[in-house]
Amino acid sequence: MADIFDTELIRSTFRLATPLILAALGGVLSERSGVVNIALEGMMLAGAFFGMLGSYLTGSPWVGVALGMAAGGVFGFIHAALTHRMRLNHIVSGVALNILALGLTTYLLRHIFREAGSSPPVTGLPDWDVGILAKLPLVGQSLSGQNPLFYLSIALILGLNVLLFTTPAGLRIRAAGEHPEAAETVGIRVGLVRYLAVTGSGVLGGLAGVYLSLGQLNMFTEGMSAGRGFIALAAVIFGKWTPFGAAGAALFFAFFDALQMRLQGQTIGGLTIPSEFMLMLPYLLTIIALAGVVGRASAPAALGRQEE
Amino acid sequence: MRISQIVGTAGVPVAALGAAFGAAAIVVLVSGGSPMESFAAMFSSAFGSGTAVGETLVKSIPLMLTGLAVALGLRAGLFNIGAEGQLLVGALAAAWVGFALDLPAVIHIPLCLAAGVAGGALWAFLPGLLKAKRGVHEVITTIMLNHVAFYLTHFLVTTRLKDVHTMAPQTPEMHATARLGWLIEAGGLHWGILVAALCVVAFAFLMARSVIGFELKAVGFSPDAARTAGINVSGMIVLAMVLSGALAGAAGAVEVMGVHHKFYDQFSPGYGFDSIAVALLGNNTAVGTALAAVLFGALRNGALGMQLATDTPKEIVTLIQAIVIVFAGMRFLKNRVPGTRGSRDPGLRADTQGRADAANP
Repeated sequence: MADIFDTELIRSTFRLATPLILAALGGVLSERSGVVNIALEGMMLAGAFFGMLGSYLTGSPWVGVALGMAAGGVFGFIHAALTHRMRLNHIVSGVALNILALGLTTYLLRHIFREAGSSPPVTGLPDWDVGILAKLPLVGQSLSGQNPLFYLSIALILGLNVLLFTTPAGLRIRAAGEHPEAAETVGIRVGLVRYLAVTGSGVLGGLAGVYLSLGQLNMFTEGMSAGRGFIALAAVIFGKWTPFGAAGAALFFAFFDALQMRLQGQTIGGLTIPSEFMLMLPYLLTIIALAGVVGRASAPAALGRQEE
Repeated sequence: MRISQIVGTAGVPVAALGAAFGAAAIVVLVSGGSPMESFAAMFSSAFGSGTAVGETLVKSIPLMLTGLAVALGLRAGLFNIGAEGQLLVGALAAAWVGFALDLPAVIHIPLCLAAGVAGGALWAFLPGLLKAKRGVHEVITTIMLNHVAFYLTHFLVTTRLKDVHTMAPQTPEMHATARLGWLIEAGGLHWGILVAALCVVAFAFLMARSVIGFELKAVGFSPDAARTAGINVSGMIVLAMVLSGALAGAAGAVEVMGVHHKFYDQFSPGYGFDSIAVALLGNNTAVGTALAAVLFGALRNGALGMQLATDTPKEIVTLIQAIVIVFAGMRFLKNRVPGTRGSRDPGLRADTQGRADAANP
């Protein structure tokens, strides 16, 4: 039993955490500016599909990355436009975009590839051997040899933190999310800030999706985001809307996902745990985590408000 | 109602559908197909014959029930995205009571329905409780439970509740006494339509005439005001979710009792997700939801025929759905009265609020 807690588990944790971290960072960005982003799931799915498509059409996964980011960004832009300009309820907009993403990707999958269920395999992203990191104790072996998007996600955690909490731009974003009326009176263009933040959030969501198709499976399968966008949103809440908090929560969820995979079929005390219960674990855990979060005092004050 | 009122009420759904079909037409065109041909194929496949109409109505039954479920939640200000999971749990519960017990039909049928209702209600209870007590957003919890329901029912239907006489992941057939028979043989229209119709009526009555309906709506409009008025907001939130789940569970029960006569893995083509569009298109009213359900039943029924006839993938219906949600959801604009916050027409109130509105692009 104790032998499952090894480097491989940590390596899997990092691997599974990457899309969650990226999407969660997107969630932090959007929500800090005051816009609830339920559509992370759809942005991920779109990113996964268009990332695959980019790699399929050109043979280069990096083109896929760019295309996936762009697709996510488009979804983000639409979400910003619907919620800000059309003043659509944030949740309704998010739900609509999720359904749109699912329908669009499935439609295009069948239309372009004439195949139901999954795309043909494509060139995925390579794994990078980062020698320096490998020398770190304990986690070193797991930190090296990961996907470039993993390293990017670490950089983005730091970057977003710096952006939000030390730069004037970050202040504007947070002001838009806390008290948009006051922000307007001091000249901050809340609309522009939200468009940028939510589009950026879409780009990050798309990037998370690209990781799914180009970093793990090297193909696209229908609905492959499988609820991760919502788990990422839960990570944002659990992490109290900060980059480090959200990333930490994402790692937490990913750890149990990795654990679940290792435990499949294992016997504990003579009982074989059915795989379905293991598969349920990330979703149940999310609910438990959210239930345990004490109060919503840490949310941006104007989050989800529709007056603006 | 006056003509202008009817036009006003029907205006948004019609516009929503128009926009959705228009966008779908563009997508079909860009994909190299013919929108006219595709839509014609869809229409004839959905309504072209007595059998087709029957099938359309059969498909609309679960949509009607889950649509009411979502509509009820929305009236109370809650987004129940968990109808799919609640439907699955309700369906399995009903199927189980259907094959495990042998009783006269007069008892068996209501019992199966009750099991379905209870299953769905139970599944929605936790999200309701968490929202009421902890403020946890029901969108996430209901979606999470959808996934849990999927795995749980899959597990049960492949192990404990599985039919031992076959390899397929399904329960044994329900006894004849637990099945809903055919009302009209063409298309397989079963008595579930009566259940759905009764729920439509019950929903309308609840919302328009009962104290509970009033309190639910009050909570939906403004929880704070409702609380000030002495309404037990927490209780209402839980009740709304439980009732919503009950309706979704009934949808699952009716499906297995009237169509499949057993629960098999992945029997639902996603009724729970269609229901969001159905409820929004129907403006969360009883009659509106019923009509929208028939429409979406037609879309789903016709889509397969359309795909076979014209090569346009049936997922175009999902696209239509998404656009319908966006347009129909515009109703959720706060304060469309000119001169108040949230509208772009400053009206006669040229005060600071008007200036702030004007400053907002």
